Amino acid sequence: MARTDVVVTGLGATTPLGGDVASTWDAMLTGRSGVSALTQEWAGQLPVRIAAQLAVDPSEVLDRVRLRRLDRSEAIALIAAQQAWADAGLADSGLDPERLAVSVGSGIGGATTMLAQDDILEASGPRRVSPHTVPMLMPNGPAAWVGLEVGAKAGVHSVASACATGAEAIALGLDIIRAGRADVVVAGGTEAVIHPLPIAGFASMRAMSTRNDEPEKASRPWDKGRDGFVLGEGSGVVVLESAEHAAARGARVYARLAGAGITSDAYDIVQPHAEGEGAIRAIRRALADADLAGTDIAHVNAHATSTPVGDMLEIGALHKAVGDHVVLSATKSMTGHLLGAAGALESIATILAIRDGVVPPTINLDDPDDGLTLEVAAHKARHMEIPAALNNAFGFGGHNVALVFTRA
Amino acid sequence: MTRDEITAGLAEILEEVAGVNPDDVAEGKSFTDDLDVDSLSMVEVVVAAEEKFGVKIPDNEVQNLKTVGDAVSYIAAQS
Repeated sequence: MARTDVVVTGLGATTPLGGDVASTWDAMLTGRSGVSALTQEWAGQLPVRIAAQLAVDPSEVLDRVRLRRLDRSEAIALIAAQQAWADAGLADSGLDPERLAVSVGSGIGGATTMLAQDDILEASGPRRVSPHTVPMLMPNGPAAWVGLEVGAKAGVHSVASACATGAEAIALGLDIIRAGRADVVVAGGTEAVIHPLPIAGFASMRAMSTRNDEPEKASRPWDKGRDGFVLGEGSGVVVLESAEHAAARGARVYARLAGAGITSDAYDIVQPHAEGEGAIRAIRRALADADLAGTDIAHVNAHATSTPVGDMLEIGALHKAVGDHVVLSATKSMTGHLLGAAGALESIATILAIRDGVVPPTINLDDPDDGLTLEVAAHKARHMEIPAALNNAFGFGGHNVALVFTRA
Repeated sequence: MTRDEITAGLAEILEEVAGVNPDDVAEGKSFTDDLDVDSLSMVEVVVAAEEKFGVKIPDNEVQNLKTVGDAVSYIAAQS
């Protein structure tokens, strides 16, 4: 039996670059940084005082009463999902709710709700803790709210694989449709943890850039001066649909999700495998799943977080698994690292790169690392034909996810 | 405090917690059926009312407070 083809028919996002996909993509193509100084009072004590904060606050989109019962990560997942859902034109399509699933994950979940409610507990006692606390902090909260919003009855799933979450959630959506459990899956990732505790935790790992004086230059994947990632917040959501279902309703198709590869390192809780073995296997699996060769891939939206070790391991993995011909982009140079949303937002960038025939720029690549032996669209976007492209996402815990998208 | 004053106080709380239009709040209205206040929001309303009116509303009393009028009577009797 021929395998089910899966296509992307809707996109939604709210990011440090814009409140929707169009504004985010426009900003990416012009090479704008979404990173700025943290001006909150609590930031003063921290070694890291920069982050990529949302361009449009959720309070500008959702009403006050609704926001009272949503963690920020839930609110922005809902906003991105509403956009993707409208974009796909599924609202009044007569889609059977029992053929609709959700796969939306978060890397960290409702940590800021937990911390804020703990402050209330300490200051005012248990009776003042909000009755919305649990649904706000539970890790499946974003997926559940999205499921309620679109009326999904074929299952609501919440993947958690740290910085690979958004990509793995999309890979799960692909599996669900191929397995015949749904015709449409709303899939993506969300993250909102710009708060002193997560920042202090990452900073204690020495994982974050401390270029506090030059926020816009802090995220610089593959540059010799890179000194760690810059925390970002946001959400990206795509609508995946069986090609047959999309064709039957005459849906606009952005791209095809041709294949996915998921592996685990079994090596270290935070360090990637020293030879990028798990990443190489993930990419090879995704290519095999898509029935493509490395030579078919024109562009890679790399994981490239601006950390000294990880950036170069990925270059080695791409050489081995894809080849020497690809043109790379590290859009985290502009958005910062959205953790659990990164793989979803970067999938959207990969899809739009294919649609528009343009590789988004990698900013701040002023002095490339000697190990950067693949081509990068540095500083400026590069127009080229992109029949197929790869998106990588790797996460603490040894998670490796590769997604292959092709022209519709 | 008069019944009308208590009703007005509850209306403020209901607007803050659940987005209820204060004009809709009257003694005969049911919290769940007429004002669309769900069970979690009702918990918030009770805690806010305790603070605002300086009363105690035990959990086993809350189930008896079906309407705004029930709540007004309970608060009036306690304060």
